Amino acid sequence: MGKTLAEKIWADHIVSSAENEPDLIYIDLHLIHEVTSPQAFDGLRLANRQVRRADLTIATEDHNTPTLNIDQPIADPVSRLQIETLRKNCAEFGVRIHSLGDIDQGIVHVVGPQLGITQPGMTIVCGDSHTSTHGAFGALAFGIGTSEVEHVLATQTLPLVRPKTMAINVDGVLPAGVTSKDIILAIIAEIGTGGGQGYVLEYRGSAIRALSMESRMTVCNMSIEAGARAGLIAPDQTTFDYVKGKAHAPIGEDWDAAVEYWKTLKSDNDALFDKEIFLNAADLAPFVTWGTNPGQGLPLSANVPNPAEIADVEERGAAERALTYMGLTAGTPLKEIAVDTVFLGSCTNGRIEDLRAASQVLAGKQIAAGVRMLVVPGSARVRLQAEAEGLDKLFIAAGAEWRMAGCSMCLGMNPDQLAPEERSASTSNRNFEGRQGKGGRTHLVSPLVAAATAIRGTLSSPADL
Amino acid sequence: MEKFINHTGTALPLRRSNVDTDQIIPAVYLKRVTKSGFEDGLFAAWRNDPEFVINRPEYAGATVLVAGADFGTGSSREHAVWALQNYGFKVIISSRFADIFRGNSQKAGLLTVVLPQDEVETIWSAIEANPALAITVDLALETVTYNEISLPFHIDSYTRWRLMEGLDDIGLTLKKIDQVSAYEAKRASFKPKTLPIRH
Repeated sequence: MGKTLAEKIWADHIVSSAENEPDLIYIDLHLIHEVTSPQAFDGLRLANRQVRRADLTIATEDHNTPTLNIDQPIADPVSRLQIETLRKNCAEFGVRIHSLGDIDQGIVHVVGPQLGITQPGMTIVCGDSHTSTHGAFGALAFGIGTSEVEHVLATQTLPLVRPKTMAINVDGVLPAGVTSKDIILAIIAEIGTGGGQGYVLEYRGSAIRALSMESRMTVCNMSIEAGARAGLIAPDQTTFDYVKGKAHAPIGEDWDAAVEYWKTLKSDNDALFDKEIFLNAADLAPFVTWGTNPGQGLPLSANVPNPAEIADVEERGAAERALTYMGLTAGTPLKEIAVDTVFLGSCTNGRIEDLRAASQVLAGKQIAAGVRMLVVPGSARVRLQAEAEGLDKLFIAAGAEWRMAGCSMCLGMNPDQLAPEERSASTSNRNFEGRQGKGGRTHLVSPLVAAATAIRGTLSSPADL
Repeated sequence: MEKFINHTGTALPLRRSNVDTDQIIPAVYLKRVTKSGFEDGLFAAWRNDPEFVINRPEYAGATVLVAGADFGTGSSREHAVWALQNYGFKVIISSRFADIFRGNSQKAGLLTVVLPQDEVETIWSAIEANPALAITVDLALETVTYNEISLPFHIDSYTRWRLMEGLDDIGLTLKKIDQVSAYEAKRASFKPKTLPIRH
């Protein structure tokens, strides 16, 4: 019997394996940021341990960093100490770091791919659940906790239980105006926030193959929102073309050897998945969330659901709570929901393609009175690229704010937050209660819907303009 | 890590599903660089409500948290585990845990026990009927016991052994470090390195 892609990558990384024990898996790349690493470095110091492979480790500052006045010291002393701690730890243990102000600073999951250190067939970890983003390259990439960060720093391995595999087949052609964000929101609504628990998801089918690398990253990024630690897509010519020429891409004979290996990285025709899901791309539409978990989503043309019509008791209760928190009434058309803030950015939708798509909708138009729009590029390089293309001018002319790179309002750890009961349309990944600021209300959307919503002031797609 | 053999304590019934790690501890509380002091952020938004179960005096001192399905979804922040431990919880019972949260708990010595949803609901009712109810969670026997009812649970034998011995995972892996070196010697030369920096 053949193997799935995830099983092939797993098999290639087994250091040791024994019955009734987790496999010891080698980690090819460890990404680090300021929030989940300080206690891990402390652990190393306490046990008098070293970083085993600093040359497979890289750090960037992203979660708590401000997106304004980055040339000045960080105003919040606790945030500042966390950043300074990361810098000191990287200096002490010889880890490469891209600090605020550096051209390669940015959200850790934007930085890896743009440096070319994210490649097919790798195992990649980071103390951040959106590490699944790198699965777009056909890598097995997943988020870990701080104990595991320490474990990888010390040993470059992790003891892991082999996950099950789920195939998510999306075939057909996406209708105009429907993006990869809509695909993944529809998948999560279909399988639920717990549907992927214990699985690695493999996104397959003609609609997935047709996506650019950046769009594939958006899909894989939100695998964790379906409960799956990792999601991946088999590498193909689109992948190879994207990696080629990047700073850390293989060169010369190494490139040829790498591509030869990468071409073997696909699920065999006779491979068996533990579970399979099928979606028809032609049936998809712009998708938005109405509730407080990413599985509570519907097509934009729908109405706020009526909890009384939900059969499952648990789901009904969750929907009732969500509507109360979100300040929504059952039956209201989603398109009539007015927002205060639009956030364009994050590791889900903060790449150049996302900024281009949104800026084209905004070009020559004005955002609605009373709406603020924050545009936060995923990395310093994305910001520079956008400026070289004049996108910043389009955003600013439309009335949006053009910020420096970082995680920003996706998790509201820096000053970019929603006020209580303030409502956002956000291209990020989580609509949890309080995620973007205490009492804030989040609707997850694609960059196209974000831009159209900014113009109309209510949840909208470009087709509504 | 402290050894975990068994634990007896009173319990907190948290009748909510999909309790994500942003609810367990919001991002603004994640800025500390230590593993202590996170109890202030535990369920920070919900604790503003005086009626929220954790604020009710009859549940003060609870050490077993009994929660709805899909506990710990979302972010990989181990701070969620530390916040629960800092507050005083030793065991979390739910019908389903998010993968990363469960892994983090098992590394940090917070026991996560999976029971079927109907048993969780029976336990909720029992606690609500008697908030002083003592619940015993025995890892050696793999049972949850209260009111002379004993419920079996399953945990994989490796994790159980590690928790019962209080073993440091890194120490266990370092015993196999020669195998790690042997693996490294065979890695393909085209695999990327972060150092030296290439432009």
